[in-house]
Amino acid sequence: MKRAFPILGVLTAILLSYALYLALVGAPTEKTMGDVQRIFYYHVPSAWTAFILFFVNFGASVFYLIKRRSAADIIALVSAEVGVVFCTIVLVTGPIWARPVWGIWWTWDMRLTSTLVLWLIYVSYLFLRRFSSSGQTPTLAAALAVLGALCVPFVYFSIWFFRTQHPQPVMGGGGSIDPRMLHVLLINWLAFSCFAFLVCWSRYRLEELQRDVDEAHALESLLDPRGSLR
Amino acid sequence: MTAPTGITRATLRKDLRLEWRSKDAINSMLFFSLLVVIVFSFSFDPTAEESRQIAGGLIWVAFLFAAVVALNQTWARELRNQVLDAYRVSPAPANSLFIAKTLGNFILVSVLEALMTPLFIVLYRLRALGPVWQLLLVAVLGTWALVVNGTFFAAMSIRTRSREIMLPLLLFPISLPALLAMVWATTAILNGEGARFWIVLLATYDLVFTTVCLLLFETVLNAE
Repeated sequence: MKRAFPILGVLTAILLSYALYLALVGAPTEKTMGDVQRIFYYHVPSAWTAFILFFVNFGASVFYLIKRRSAADIIALVSAEVGVVFCTIVLVTGPIWARPVWGIWWTWDMRLTSTLVLWLIYVSYLFLRRFSSSGQTPTLAAALAVLGALCVPFVYFSIWFFRTQHPQPVMGGGGSIDPRMLHVLLINWLAFSCFAFLVCWSRYRLEELQRDVDEAHALESLLDPRGSLR
Repeated sequence: MTAPTGITRATLRKDLRLEWRSKDAINSMLFFSLLVVIVFSFSFDPTAEESRQIAGGLIWVAFLFAAVVALNQTWARELRNQVLDAYRVSPAPANSLFIAKTLGNFILVSVLEALMTPLFIVLYRLRALGPVWQLLLVAVLGTWALVVNGTFFAAMSIRTRSREIMLPLLLFPISLPALLAMVWATTAILNGEGARFWIVLLATYDLVFTTVCLLLFETVLNAE
């Protein structure tokens, strides 16, 4: 860990800088939207990273419920925290992009609504982790994560059906993408994923150390014959 | 050892009897629901045509708040008398307790809904243009969705600080698909369309989440 982390850190910094350059300067300017479109290279990779992290959270939670390994619990916590950060970025950059392009900050279309519900579910997960007492937190949080992950397909289906009944112009469009733009998008995604991995790794280490400290404190107060008041 | 259904029946009967004798929960919830309906009525005073568009949402928001008040007191009695510890120690299956509590809540919330609905119809001059039997189905499936998740999260939130606020914090995000389905189904039926897709979605949601809650309840009850 000691040597790999700084090396990876430097590499990620270089990659992020390159990706930023590509996004702001290197990528071709979009035909209809102009330079505003460049936020796309920030918005979409954040979304993909958030989805991957939430998937990791689901996997770690299921693993914890089966095997009860505390490493799985820490991974679940870490991926939820970093995932919420990236999801927040998606929800903030989306309206910033939408306002100049479509004239509105927000609409209840499929993608936006599902992302918002996803964000809500994982924020409530973080609330549960914060508010429950330490012995039971891993189990309760894992159960909530499983329920939350199961909820996601239902959200997609309900909004998909509602929008087929009450169609609206689709935000963000489907359609093909210029291969040069795709290239920039993928580089940004790689950079974001590396960055997310680094943040998760250091947060994991931090949580591990915190738990060791808590355990040491608990043992100390148990063994100290004079009690905890000195 | 009593069979699981026997335990469920006994627990349900005990809860209903206790409730019938004191009428604590039902009285306070009834009055709360009345207040909610009246506040909404002050806030939105639509024409009959407009009200058909928004009543679906208003009704289900009012039911949701009433349900949360009902769900918050689900485990209060058990906590006060250390019943949960006794239950954990006993060989009785945890799921029987869960089903009994869920059924009890379902009956309670259904009674509330049955009493609030005429009030809504009167205050908003509602008239369903679509099939009314579908409305009943939506009500039953929707209430079950709220209650099964709510009872589960109520059991989770009794182990947290800020117990009363944790329940809605956990329940609302996860119930959103069911809420969307309930609201849009009600609006569709009130406006003369059918709601078959929403009913199927609600039924699937109920099935999936009842199963998962049953699978995980024992784990949550014994979490330590």
